[in-house]
Amino acid sequence: MSETTDPTPRGSIQPSRRWVNLLLGSGVVASIISFLYPALRYIIPPPVAESASRFVVAAKVGELKNGSGKIFKFGSEPALLVHLADGSYRAFSAVCTHLSCTVQYRSDLREIWCACHNGLYDLEGRNISGPPPRPLMVYEVHIQGEDVVVTRNA
Amino acid sequence: MKKSTTLIALMFFSLPAASSAPPKNTCITCHAALGGDLAKPAEQFEVDVHHQAGLSCADCHGGDANDEAMSAMSPAKGFRSAPKKNQIPDLCARCHSDAAYMHRFNPQLRVDQLSQYLTSVHGKRLKQGDNKVAACVDCHGVHNILPASDARSPVCPSNVAATCAHCHADAAYMKGYDIPTNQFALYEKSAHAQALAGGDTSAPTCSTCHGNHGATPPGVSSVANVCGTCHVMNEQLFDKSPHQAAFAKMGLPGCVQCHSNHEIVRPTDAWVGSGPQSVCTACHAPGDKGYIASQAMSDDLTHLNSSLARAEEVLNVAERDGMEVSGPKVELADANEALVKARVDVHTFDQTTVRKLTDSGTEIAAKSYQAGLAALRERDFRRKGLGIALIAIVLAISGLYLKIRQMESGNKA
Amino acid sequence: MATHHRIRDWLDERFGAGSVEDFLRHKTVPVNRHTLWYYLGGMTLFLFIIQILTGILLLLYYRPTANDAFESVQFIMTQVRFGWLIRSVHSWSANLMIFTAFVHMFSVYFLKAYRKPRELTWISGMLLLFILLGFGFSGYLLPWNTLAFFATKVGTEMAGSVPWIGKWLLVFLRGGQEVTSATLTRFFGFHVAVLPGLATLLLAIHLLLVQHLGMSVPPSVERAAAEGRTSPRSMPFFPNFLLRDIIGWYAALGVLGGLAAIFPWGLGTKADPFAPAPAGIRPEWYFLFMFQTLKYLPPKILFLEGEFAGMLGFGIAAAVWILVPFLDRRIGFGRVTRFFTGLGIFVIGYMVVMSALALR
Repeated sequence: MSETTDPTPRGSIQPSRRWVNLLLGSGVVASIISFLYPALRYIIPPPVAESASRFVVAAKVGELKNGSGKIFKFGSEPALLVHLADGSYRAFSAVCTHLSCTVQYRSDLREIWCACHNGLYDLEGRNISGPPPRPLMVYEVHIQGEDVVVTRNA
Repeated sequence: MKKSTTLIALMFFSLPAASSAPPKNTCITCHAALGGDLAKPAEQFEVDVHHQAGLSCADCHGGDANDEAMSAMSPAKGFRSAPKKNQIPDLCARCHSDAAYMHRFNPQLRVDQLSQYLTSVHGKRLKQGDNKVAACVDCHGVHNILPASDARSPVCPSNVAATCAHCHADAAYMKGYDIPTNQFALYEKSAHAQALAGGDTSAPTCSTCHGNHGATPPGVSSVANVCGTCHVMNEQLFDKSPHQAAFAKMGLPGCVQCHSNHEIVRPTDAWVGSGPQSVCTACHAPGDKGYIASQAMSDDLTHLNSSLARAEEVLNVAERDGMEVSGPKVELADANEALVKARVDVHTFDQTTVRKLTDSGTEIAAKSYQAGLAALRERDFRRKGLGIALIAIVLAISGLYLKIRQMESGNKA
Repeated sequence: MATHHRIRDWLDERFGAGSVEDFLRHKTVPVNRHTLWYYLGGMTLFLFIIQILTGILLLLYYRPTANDAFESVQFIMTQVRFGWLIRSVHSWSANLMIFTAFVHMFSVYFLKAYRKPRELTWISGMLLLFILLGFGFSGYLLPWNTLAFFATKVGTEMAGSVPWIGKWLLVFLRGGQEVTSATLTRFFGFHVAVLPGLATLLLAIHLLLVQHLGMSVPPSVERAAAEGRTSPRSMPFFPNFLLRDIIGWYAALGVLGGLAAIFPWGLGTKADPFAPAPAGIRPEWYFLFMFQTLKYLPPKILFLEGEFAGMLGFGIAAAVWILVPFLDRRIGFGRVTRFFTGLGIFVIGYMVVMSALALR
């Protein structure tokens, strides 16, 4: 295709065909790269391969003595694992329903106690004394091999 | 005694009537028609809990509630008009201290109110002939007595302070007694009053610390126990601290020494250290061990506070600019909890204990701060990336536009 | 012979693609003062393709259960490289696409492009619009956040008021009596399988009709040309109109990128079915006018329950709207029926006013 300098209406500069093609080509290529680059980076999995799951290994079997409790992290909040005297495990949200302090297991009382205002919950999570207005959320506990796994229902 | 036997006999006779048809109560009918002050008891009695239970005026005042003539009020029928002040506790206790009797109405009600009352300052003074002190009706009302759980009752927890203040805040009334009259005004400013008003029914009012029937101020040596029924951690730490023995020796009232008794406001970090609001400098002189410890604790708390504030600010900016920072924000809550715990641990008056907590809190706050900065960097990266993409797009659009112009002017030519 | 000619011939021997190419070369677009509106159909299609692409990318990380959905979207927004971009573009483009679909539909309405022989194009287009609204409704729930959960609750309640089939429809949509994890699974199925399948089918019909029938010329222009006042102008679709189309698409991409980077689509908090509904729950903006109308209806209208009557009314209105090509009989060559123009203006006004009231 020969170079043409077209007659310019109203005296404006008409760039030659080659420059226009260059501009168009580079613009299109640049824009396509700016779309493809994020898409390609996206499909490569990130280092943490999975979103925070709703099950947590709270402890190892044998880690907790009978009649004691342990605070662990569940999702983004504290949770409480209690190993009862009869060998069974219970797990609850450790966020007190009164003003969100972190509760703890009191082996002397055999109940769950909140230090902030002396709230008490029984081993079913029910609020039995003091200011807490609602029971603690109860989680499910399963033993999988050596792990004590805590999960939460939807 | 004879009159009282008659009274009790009358009550027992009127009880069967109470459990069947609504009992005839000529007292109410007459008094209501009288109008003015004489009608007030009749109107008030409508809501009274005793009325709801089927009791009538005669059950306290004697007389005959079935008699429509003035003979209803004859002493022969056992009538006693309004009892004198010092007779009131015994009159109420005639039923309310009788466990078997109260069992028929409300098995859960206590029956020791009279014995408690007799231990109180009010009870003791009444026995000595002081008729200005409170007796049952002064707090519970006379003819419109409601259960304490009823929000209209003057002894409902939300109303107790105002009921006590009725006398105790009245300077003229309290003249001659050697106690202050500003307790209510001070209490109203307190965090406890605000919590109660905000609906936290676990918040204390006058009767929580002083007792209700056995109302007596807790003694200097035991006030810490009273505070400690709710503020367990603080009391336990205080008891193990050097201050406990020192205060006991000096006869200082534990918690009240720094926190006051009625005007208990939210403490701030400025209460430790050497600033103008410090409570430590009341006793500790510059350079002594306590002064140094309080200064160290104050510094640690301030440091943690400012780390928290810095982290929170940067996270808020990141969030406002559209970045997802809920993860770091939740972790910052742990640092906040460290601050709360550190403030409790001030009651050990030991700077190393406090420092342990503030250090862990500061570490978390620093991490959150870094996360916030990372979020801001990511935000800037996105905007730069957007800029580059937009430049590419503008190039492409200009190229297209010129191409079209070129094609079509070529066609025209 | 140039390489691309070789490839073209090779494909032509197998697909007969040459005829397609010829057709495309001869396709023209009328040029008049209404030409600007012709870009809207292509724009909607482009945004739909963006939805498909970003949607497929999101599928690589999204998990459709109540336990995991919120966390997986949070993961995409925070951990996956450019996940924030893909997700925000998907959400913004959904709204832009529905907006352009509405504008496209109304421009077709006012330019009377639905008149014979394009009635089926109009009907397939209306059905596509409903499918797009279904996409919006089902997609909105997928992040499983508080706003979406309660908006879905409200929306499916509205579906329950549909005459006769309402109760069944509600249970069908929700996968049960209440909005639960089952609802999420179901909506996900609608969103990525059922609706795309239906949309593809209708889109194929819609596009085939448009290619076969060509672009409609508005009555006013037709009349002016017939009366000799102007000469009918047109431009070739390929490359002239297409290049202009592409400018528009690039501009749309720029807008989407800007929105994603500067106004990212929020995440909110995870849905808690047991928590009370926050104040001011309402459906997405394209359902607001219906939502607001139902609020104004009295509990009873004649012998009908208020909401039942409302949904019945909307159903009748939708039926009338779909059948407009057959109702607007007097629209013939060059003549405009003022009644239907007025009706269109009323409908737009109604929708805008009701939506504004709902936002107050």
